[in-house]
Amino acid sequence: MKLNDQEQAMLNGEMGEPRRWSMEHMLQVGQFFDADDFVEVSQAHIMADTESLGEAGIEFLERLANFPVDQRSVKIPMITDPRGIDFCHYKRLKQTDLMASLEQRTIRAFESMGIVMTNTCINYQTIMPPVRGEHLAFGDTGVVIYCNSVLGAYSNFEGGPSALAAGLTGRTPRYGLHLDKNRRATKRFQLQWQPQSLSDWGALGAVIGARSGSYWDVPVIQGIESQPGSDELKHFGAAMASYGSIPLFHLVGITPEAPELATVCNPQMLAVESISEDQIDSFYGQYGGRGDKLDLVVFSAPQLSLMELQSLASLLDGRKIHPDTSLLAVTSPAVAADARRAGFVERIESSGALVLEGMCFYQSYAREMGEANGWKRLMTNSAKLTNIIGGYGYQPTLSDMENCVASAIAGEVV
Amino acid sequence: MTIFELRCHIGIGPDVSGEALVTDDNFSARYDLDRISGTFSRPQHKLAGLSYVDKIMVFNTAKGGVASAWMLHEMASRQIAPKALLFNSVNPIVTQGAALANMSMCDRFDDGDVTKLITSGDLVQVYPSQGRVVIERG
Repeated sequence: MKLNDQEQAMLNGEMGEPRRWSMEHMLQVGQFFDADDFVEVSQAHIMADTESLGEAGIEFLERLANFPVDQRSVKIPMITDPRGIDFCHYKRLKQTDLMASLEQRTIRAFESMGIVMTNTCINYQTIMPPVRGEHLAFGDTGVVIYCNSVLGAYSNFEGGPSALAAGLTGRTPRYGLHLDKNRRATKRFQLQWQPQSLSDWGALGAVIGARSGSYWDVPVIQGIESQPGSDELKHFGAAMASYGSIPLFHLVGITPEAPELATVCNPQMLAVESISEDQIDSFYGQYGGRGDKLDLVVFSAPQLSLMELQSLASLLDGRKIHPDTSLLAVTSPAVAADARRAGFVERIESSGALVLEGMCFYQSYAREMGEANGWKRLMTNSAKLTNIIGGYGYQPTLSDMENCVASAIAGEVV
Repeated sequence: MTIFELRCHIGIGPDVSGEALVTDDNFSARYDLDRISGTFSRPQHKLAGLSYVDKIMVFNTAKGGVASAWMLHEMASRQIAPKALLFNSVNPIVTQGAALANMSMCDRFDDGDVTKLITSGDLVQVYPSQGRVVIERG
């Protein structure tokens, strides 16, 4: 890879060990993907919940954080993905003091590097939405696919180590989605069915993601008859990225890089794959669970927007969650503050539900929480969460928010 | 015994050898694993219930979220980890994780679908810096 003078100086250790490690790490990744050089990035977003980090990852961060401030500080605005703990509620969730202690150590390390603890996977709705053409180093696959597809920004999936390296150097290897040639559509889908609810958008994203192949495939979708909003595309993209490791999609006539089909592909070269109602029904059907005792309803993954919390508050007004069922609604600290001020949190929690902030359910020691609370049957309107949570020992059911709430009140999947 | 060699793109990590565990399924450390016991835990995964510890794992591609980058490092620190990961094509996350964990990883094999070229139980030597994998069978 070609390095400029500043990059070579960082690699030589002339700007401290954290930046030397960063360059060495990114060179390994860049060479693996045949990158020619680096591209400057304007923002970084790091995923680093402590369940993923473990003791080894936290010690790694603490080692970097112990270097002098001029060596350890990030060079660009850098923010965090959800943590694993809501410090106000972790005991109620039967998370442990050890888990909280690991989170505190991680926060101290991040803050000493100048990283802002936003604790959110909806930064594109709440913090600083990227603009078209902006090169980024974002973690959280849902964040990346939304920013690439809906906003026209340029980012690869950056895991924690690479996002940190990008933050410390202000650059990332130029490969993958930083290159226009990799943003052309490789798969073409035609809808024969229209999504209605957020869970429908998630199911559609999941089906397309699962059929798309790999990170290097870009689906283009035709046939959407109504204008989706930010929450619809949030669930759509998050599920597609989860089921397919897909970092970019195009919706013809909706997303910025695809005003016309021919803008993103040669239509004659791509076979058309239909998405039918039967395929979506089959997707919902694989999760099942109707009639089962319901242990837990989770609205999370991605964190809820203010509008989703408003919808949830309206559904729960004057109603009570079944005593044997828990309902968790998870959002970012910024949205939680707004929701509290608007009265949504009080309305939701009056039902017996709990609003959590700054975490995401599956990033929060989900296996240990499940075992400690006896949670098995989990219902959600997030297709992404259904994909993840089975591996943590849960039996997931996917449905829309209305049916999830009705089930939480009934104490069984309805 | 049959011995043959596969060529692939230059990979990441040290030279290693071990027993292959092969699937045409995909891989995510977050979604698919019980990292405490060292087994595949997602019921839908084709290797559900099997141990990945010290195996040369062979998958189609990488799926899922960014957590795999930290998780490979965490697994390696406890030595409850695969020896190597081989893919038809991998995503950036697993590559970044392999780089941090110093775990051997290769993809883009010249001779076609690696999940069909290698069989579970084969003895496999992985030479990432040479883009070379040697298989002993039988």
